[in-house]
Amino acid sequence: MIKVQREDFDVGAELAALGNANRKIGGVASFIGLVRDIADGKSVGAMTLEHYPGMTEKMLAKIEAEARARWPLEDCLIVHRFGRLEPGDRIVLVATASAHRQAALEACAFLIDWLKTKAPFWKLEETVSGARWVAARNSDDQAAARWVAE
Amino acid sequence: MKVLYFAWLRSKTGVAEETVAPPPGVTTVAGLIEHLKARGGGYEDALRDLSCVRVAVNQEFAELDQAIGAGDEIALFPPVTGG
Repeated sequence: MIKVQREDFDVGAELAALGNANRKIGGVASFIGLVRDIADGKSVGAMTLEHYPGMTEKMLAKIEAEARARWPLEDCLIVHRFGRLEPGDRIVLVATASAHRQAALEACAFLIDWLKTKAPFWKLEETVSGARWVAARNSDDQAAARWVAE
Repeated sequence: MKVLYFAWLRSKTGVAEETVAPPPGVTTVAGLIEHLKARGGGYEDALRDLSCVRVAVNQEFAELDQAIGAGDEIALFPPVTGG
């Protein structure tokens, strides 16, 4: 399931709802991305996440479909926020449910790695020296690429 | 065709979305970008270094040589930084 929303999410409620009481699920893995208060040595007061409505949902659905094709998942959830967020705020939740832990853990890592390089979101950071668009990181490209090589 | 700009491409061009009717010779994304760049000002600045620009056609990632037509939605944006 894909959710793209401005409002915060309740991690406990989202994880509890995952799998809808499907008794085949033996493990749930999750990743939560948060806003840091420092980036490249500068204090960050807030950040605004912009996205491309329409393409965002399409790309996230494709990434979910790819994860389901690669691992035997019983359920899968991506919640990604947009709008203005402050340090400590939640940005993204990725959660996977499977019969066994390995599929859940691997699929969860895959989802966040691919999401970071394929979903059309952009971060504008507010620092003391003004606002700046966050640059893409090579390390994120490498993290996403390792799932192609395997 | 509809052209959308995101993040610093939007800031630099000063436009989020516009309808563009390029001359008939423009048949690819690269041709459209040349056409937009020729407007000068913020467009030239935003599109100077294409290594920092990514493209989507009808909400799918696309390359510069992709063919485009009148009914297409073309988006220009920097490499993504979500998650």
